[in-house]
Amino acid sequence: MSANNNTAVQAATLTINGRPVEINGEKNLLEVVRKAGIDLPTFCYHSELSAFGACRQCLVETEDGRILASCSVPADPGMKIKTHSPRVQRIRKVALELLLANHDRECTTCEKSGVCKLQDLAQRYGIDEVRFGKRDQKMPLDLSSPAIVRNPNRCILCGDCVRMCKEVQGLGILDFANRGASMVVTPAFGRDIADVECVNCGQCAAVCPTGALTVKSEIDQAWAAIYDDSKTVVVQIAPAVRVAVGDAFGLKPGEISLGKLVAALRMIGIDKVFDTSFAADLTVMEETTEFINRLRSGAQLPQFTSCCPAWVKYAEQYYPDMLSNLSSCRSPQQMFGSVAKRYYTKELNIDPKDMYVISVMPCTAKKFEAARPEFSNDGVRDVDLVLTTQEIAHMIKEAGINFAELEEDSLDMPFGFTTGAGVIFGVTGGVAEAVLRAANFLLTGEELQKVAFTEVRGLAGTRAATVDVAGHEVRVAITHTLGEIKALMEKIRKGEEYFDIIEVMACPGGCIGGAGQPGQNTIELRTKRSEGIYRADTRMQLRKAQENPLVQHVYDKWLGQYGSHEAHEALHTQYSGRSRMPGEGISIMQGQSQGEKVDVAVCVGTCCFLKGSTQMLADLTELIDQSGYADQVNLRAAFCLENCAGSASVKVDGKIIGGLTAKKSAVVMQEIMAALRNKKAKVEA
Amino acid sequence: MPPIGETSELERINQVIAEYGNNQSALIPVLQQVQEVYHYLPEEILTYVATALNLSPATVYGVATFYAQFSLEAKGKHVVRVCDGTACHVRGSTPVLNAIRKKVGLTAGMKTTGDRQFTVETVSCLGACGLAPAVVIDDRIYGQMTPEAVSIVLDELMKEVD
Repeated sequence: MSANNNTAVQAATLTINGRPVEINGEKNLLEVVRKAGIDLPTFCYHSELSAFGACRQCLVETEDGRILASCSVPADPGMKIKTHSPRVQRIRKVALELLLANHDRECTTCEKSGVCKLQDLAQRYGIDEVRFGKRDQKMPLDLSSPAIVRNPNRCILCGDCVRMCKEVQGLGILDFANRGASMVVTPAFGRDIADVECVNCGQCAAVCPTGALTVKSEIDQAWAAIYDDSKTVVVQIAPAVRVAVGDAFGLKPGEISLGKLVAALRMIGIDKVFDTSFAADLTVMEETTEFINRLRSGAQLPQFTSCCPAWVKYAEQYYPDMLSNLSSCRSPQQMFGSVAKRYYTKELNIDPKDMYVISVMPCTAKKFEAARPEFSNDGVRDVDLVLTTQEIAHMIKEAGINFAELEEDSLDMPFGFTTGAGVIFGVTGGVAEAVLRAANFLLTGEELQKVAFTEVRGLAGTRAATVDVAGHEVRVAITHTLGEIKALMEKIRKGEEYFDIIEVMACPGGCIGGAGQPGQNTIELRTKRSEGIYRADTRMQLRKAQENPLVQHVYDKWLGQYGSHEAHEALHTQYSGRSRMPGEGISIMQGQSQGEKVDVAVCVGTCCFLKGSTQMLADLTELIDQSGYADQVNLRAAFCLENCAGSASVKVDGKIIGGLTAKKSAVVMQEIMAALRNKKAKVEA
Repeated sequence: MPPIGETSELERINQVIAEYGNNQSALIPVLQQVQEVYHYLPEEILTYVATALNLSPATVYGVATFYAQFSLEAKGKHVVRVCDGTACHVRGSTPVLNAIRKKVGLTAGMKTTGDRQFTVETVSCLGACGLAPAVVIDDRIYGQMTPEAVSIVLDELMKEVD
């Protein structure tokens, strides 16, 4: 917000509960009230989202007796308001009671109990009785997603998740449906979350004030592995976890508590505790090598980072034509899993299926990533289980460990030694900076004096910088939140912007703002955590990935050169287009013939649609009609044939024909005729 | 699935979308056109409309379920609307509604008959309070209905159906 427009003039004031308060460009009355030290309650207000005015908790009474929702009115100079007049109190309480009436109040079995805003306010306002009956019908839970659980019975329709997904992430997976008493928040067509284009970032759950959207808990599997004597349980801790796990135990926000976490994990019964930052150092070497190769050849630039699983799925759904621009590097989590299962098991002389790798992540999408089929060998997953910071905190509490009082412990070797480069992966700008610290060295063999690339740091949405790498003017962009990348992609496609390397993280602030982290995900908290990460970086003995002796050891012993064939086998992956809405598409013609028929699908997904596939579909229908073979053709409009790089596409009996335009219906017709002749020949043979 | 996307039908929707310049604010007129073409809003077409207008399918679904004028279920050949506004209600619209539902063979929770001949709905007011209780079948208004009278009207329609 541009704040200081009216500070040049004499500071304007308004009166809150009889006290004058200055207005300093706050965007609404609520912000002024909160600045004055009064914590007006809200469910539906988040400073990073648009004001909604639905929960009726931030009410104030004006001098002339009007009741206003302070989140939705500007702070006018001279206003005189009261924040807890008897009327305001009464209305607020009734609104709260009505919300509670529609809410499944089984607090003792709710994951959010203790951190639930609704519970908190009910206690704060002394609601000792709900006079209205309970809802008699229970709606089914949506357990389809690997990352989040949706329990509509706990939803208070504040719409925070809707606005988070739409405004910050630019997706709009959830929205209000129906009206009045039957209104619900739901994915399109009342489908399950896993059946729509959700990328599992979990930000909806991070803003949900109740237990309607929660992180899917997999604590039971973790305990089962720990108590299975045949398993060697190995834990990797992600960079962003160290500055957030303390929040769950009342430590200062942003405090580095990696040592305590290691100690706690040992007490729980984990065999080996390692650091994902080690794998991030590996990622830096591979990703920088890849980037330098692209830079030298000038091909397939920009290179996008691929550490963020929500971004990777988003790209597979929305930019399938640009997947070759994504770094082929696996994320640090998956690199760690791969190295552990492929090589470390040999060192320990155990079977990969007897090693159980648990990741402790700030992220819900990592649960989806670890389950991707390309990351398992012979049915053994590289990463067996992903626990979020919230879940690991829960386990530590369950084990009765007094976290705050623990003596710090150190990580196991060999994967416990990291550099600052691997640690800053946890914050937006960190991956790009880690790559820049290595790029000069990999290109020329010379080390730069410069370590901190402060030009790529900060929490602004999209940041750009030009950095000199051994004479190359490298254009770097850093974005976080998917809404920001969506906007940047549009500019890149229009040719308004050019970059060589683009770092993308889906969550606000990067991994430190991941949905698996404890606490209220606010800008203030993310700032503290970001500071914590950079503090951890400066405390490291070594700060560049190429200096990590144990990373070198991994290359010397197992992988060979940076970017070698072996490294590609173990540390790289590939991507493929994903359709956003699974379904059959729209059936246009259904051949009536009893015999063999040709199946034709014309893609009308976004890429193909823009290339005029609907016109081609219309022409094709006419051609088929005229050909006299209409009874032998099934024609449908499909939403994605997953050949977006070669759009517009048509599928004729399983064969994809790409590169079509609006006027190419005749080409498709020839293919159909050929397919018909094939079928006929087969029947005659 | 029966064909629901005759190209001429899809073409009509494309025309409306193009007419509004793929503008998001055109969602409601586009949905109205879809409803006119198909007599309901097929899921596949809604996804198509979302793609064309650069909206999320969930948002389109939200708008489609908000307004009573839109239906996400395929409707029957004949749509019977029984007015349940205040005037009609006090003059006995409920027995009329029950009689209609029984006559066409609808069980609790069903709106459309299995043979897709009849859809029976209630509406809040037809603005024909002087004719209470009023029933609209397709585009024709029948006033001062009783269970017996409506039964005769339906008999006539069913004959046509046969």
